[in-house]
Amino acid sequence: MLDRRLIQNFDWVLLLLLLLEAGISILNLYSATYPIRDMGGAEIFLKQIYWFLIGFAVFLLATTFNYYVLERLAYPAYFFTVGLLILVLFAGRVMSGSQRWLSLGPISFQPSELAKIAVVLVLAKFFSERGEFKEYRLRDLWQPFILTAIPCFLILKEPDLGTSLFLALISFSMILIAKVNWKSLVILAGASGLAAPLIWFGLKEYQQKRVLSFLRPDMDPLGAGYHINQSKIAIGSGQIWGKGYLQGTQTRLHFLPEQHTDFAFSVLAEEWGLIGSAVLLMIYLFMILWGLNIAKNSKDRFGSMIAVGIVSIVFWQVAINVGMVTGLLPVVGIPLLLFSYGGSSLITTMAAMGILMNISMRRFMFQ
Amino acid sequence: MLKPSHFDPVSSEIFSKQLKIAMLVVLMAFGILILRLWTLQIVNGPAYRAKSEHNRIRLHDIPPFRGMIMDRNSEVLVDNRPSYDLYVIPEEVQNRSELLDRLSRLGDLDREAAERILDKAGSGYPFKPVCLKTDMSRDELASIESHRFDLPGLMIRVRPQRHYFYEGLASHVLGYVGEISEAQLMSGQFPKNRAGDLIGKRGVEWKWQAQLNGIRGGEQVEVDAAGRKIAMVSRKDPISGANICLTIDKRLQELAEKSLQGKHGAVVAINPLNGEVLALASSPSFNPNVFIRGLDKKTWQDMVLSKEFPLQNRAISGQYPPGSVFKIVMALAALEEGVISPEEEIFCNGTYSLGKGTYRCWKKWGHGKVNLHRALVESCDVYFYVVGKRLGVDRIAQYAKRLGLGKETGLDLGEESSGLVPTTEWKLKKWGVPWQPGETISTSIGQSFVLTTPLQMANLISSVFNGGHIYRPQTTKWVKKSDGETLFEFEAISAGEAGIKPEHLELVKKALVGVVNQPHGTGSKARLKDIIVAGKTGTAQVIALKKEGGSKREEAVPFKFRDHAWFVAIAPASNPEIAVAVLVEHGGHGGSAAAPIAKEIIQAYLQVPS
Repeated sequence: MLDRRLIQNFDWVLLLLLLLEAGISILNLYSATYPIRDMGGAEIFLKQIYWFLIGFAVFLLATTFNYYVLERLAYPAYFFTVGLLILVLFAGRVMSGSQRWLSLGPISFQPSELAKIAVVLVLAKFFSERGEFKEYRLRDLWQPFILTAIPCFLILKEPDLGTSLFLALISFSMILIAKVNWKSLVILAGASGLAAPLIWFGLKEYQQKRVLSFLRPDMDPLGAGYHINQSKIAIGSGQIWGKGYLQGTQTRLHFLPEQHTDFAFSVLAEEWGLIGSAVLLMIYLFMILWGLNIAKNSKDRFGSMIAVGIVSIVFWQVAINVGMVTGLLPVVGIPLLLFSYGGSSLITTMAAMGILMNISMRRFMFQ
Repeated sequence: MLKPSHFDPVSSEIFSKQLKIAMLVVLMAFGILILRLWTLQIVNGPAYRAKSEHNRIRLHDIPPFRGMIMDRNSEVLVDNRPSYDLYVIPEEVQNRSELLDRLSRLGDLDREAAERILDKAGSGYPFKPVCLKTDMSRDELASIESHRFDLPGLMIRVRPQRHYFYEGLASHVLGYVGEISEAQLMSGQFPKNRAGDLIGKRGVEWKWQAQLNGIRGGEQVEVDAAGRKIAMVSRKDPISGANICLTIDKRLQELAEKSLQGKHGAVVAINPLNGEVLALASSPSFNPNVFIRGLDKKTWQDMVLSKEFPLQNRAISGQYPPGSVFKIVMALAALEEGVISPEEEIFCNGTYSLGKGTYRCWKKWGHGKVNLHRALVESCDVYFYVVGKRLGVDRIAQYAKRLGLGKETGLDLGEESSGLVPTTEWKLKKWGVPWQPGETISTSIGQSFVLTTPLQMANLISSVFNGGHIYRPQTTKWVKKSDGETLFEFEAISAGEAGIKPEHLELVKKALVGVVNQPHGTGSKARLKDIIVAGKTGTAQVIALKKEGGSKREEAVPFKFRDHAWFVAIAPASNPEIAVAVLVEHGGHGGSAAAPIAKEIIQAYLQVPS
């Protein structure tokens, strides 16, 4: 069953990049949870190692089958996910005011994570079925719009503005790379400009507050603006070489909010300085460029579009999370891919990476 | 098995072009991120580094103890007592509404207010204690303490609180403390204080605010973002404020206040030889403790707007016509100016006519022939009408001023009134009309425009018996820092000399002894067995000449139209130790309403049997 060529074409670079990320992430998580070791920090650290091991298994599993079966599975997977998203609104666990988790025995996971992959698959299928390549006009795109809008709306109801927008960004990126004619692009830009106020008034008050505090952090230095100020202090105080591993005072004194999840990058930047944070960013950059290369080398359109979708997941997570913790973007609660603590996100990412690897390994099949 | 969806060459080319654009976008985005990190970590790095160092250190205030205030015999009048304040640590509360329910069952807690306070505290610093109630009663404290285990998140903190031992005693001297106002903070006069501090607002608390205040201590504590204390870095102990010993005699003060109970008025007792204030009472009074607990708006308005003016210190800022007490000034002026000799007799038939006006003596049928001595002893009005006519108002004013009237005595408590000594020039300036001869006549018996404060009156009789010295009254004996260093020690301060010839003073002194001790003296109710008391009665009309033609008894006149009763006294006459001024608003005759009070105070001070 296993083709020898699969081994020959195994993408060692991608694997290396993944393992590098995982290693740095675990090292950093240890430091981030160090100050709360007695209060569950050790447990968090161990749990993340387990998640990585499970994630790695999922990764390997995702490389074994031929990704082409996903073309048939795209729609079923999509509707299954949408079903879960509806279910979560009724039967989900409520944590800190949001209903995002589904419990399966002892494990709970976020269907919104699954939705990222489902949307990538379903859009890849859409764009691969169009035969002759052409520039897409808006009227050709009503299907992708609806396919994106349904999960976006359901996730927004949870409420999880960050993930919802994130999903829209992924689908938007895929559509752009598939090439939209420039007239449609202008109309699209205009429409989103008009939609902005509508979205604004649809936001919950605390969400508006976050955006406002991003625009004017001095307005509420102890409230919503507090987190971002503390994060900037942590990152800035790392200077060039950092304060040293386990030596971050912002981290040690627990000044950083959610320092093992959304603000994990700030911990790294404080302790390893510009050198450390730049190295981490370079690994991500390399991973993205490598992914785009996989998309380019894949000789079938379905594979290329999946690769583009997965790369856009990586890109937007890194760009938004790092932009967020450095104060460039509002705090929207997007974790850093492969780096922040969190099971659902990690498993989903590893599955996506496995699919990417799958595509990379099978690029020869169409030669 | 595979159903490859091959790219056609054209779309393959377009696709790789799109990917190149995507790569460019990605590179640009990472460029921005790196640039951002560069700005934060390199350009602004040192500033953020400094900020992160400060971040973990918090300064905690340790308020100093305010100095004690005691009476001249070192009996403590004002001290600090512990206030037990109830705090809640939001993070540790498991069930907020249950906690609040139980708290309101255990003690007197405004549930809605507490809820509002907790909401306002928000989730910014979940470990920062939030104060729900200050100064709990013993019962509340006990019941909450005994339920501490089932009430997680509760905390009780102890804080020193100003305590006036004898509620209401000497309130007008001691004053009170209140929260520093924004204007006071901005003024820069209170460098040691911050918003929320209690500072002296009146009286001794105000006067010695800087000394009483003490110096704030502090703790440098290493905390985490939630405000949890991790370690103490350093501690500076607060320095208690200076202690103050007053010249006030607590026993005498109590007596003075008791004697005014149920009345409106003032009692001032001073040492005539140096200006020490021995007692200073004003009625009605207030309880300074209520200011500390925080006044609600209504209580405050009731107090401020009350027709009884409990906050007004009548002894130093109440201005009253001196009535016949003013005859002391008249007698001295007449002798000094030589407008009358001590022996000259003036006939009093009960009335005196000037122009169209007729002025009455208080004794309807007249005193007959009176000389200076009898005129003072029996307080004959007609005699002084004549003297006043001869002196003229400006000469009267000149002596009144030399004897300390018409200006503040300079008492160290502030908020004094100057009183008023009218002159022709003053009248023209103030009223725009010339002085009327008849006004001189009423001025001669301490009516018309003349106004004095009880303290000025005590000073006046003191200066007659101490050889014409006018002392600046003071209430502070000493101020000592908590380490024993003396910051202030009493010393008599001269506020001027009356410049009256000793023989003239002697004549008036003799007459004032007569007022109390002679058969027809108006002040006989102040007479003591073994001590010679000297004094002068006064009855100040509230409405000029209201009783003209009438023969109504005092009791028949509505209260607010009744005369103010004055008595100023000094004893022992030969070697004075205490001077007292008593004013009872609407008390009627000085001899009957005020003299007994003065007697009691002298008696108590000199510790003689009645």
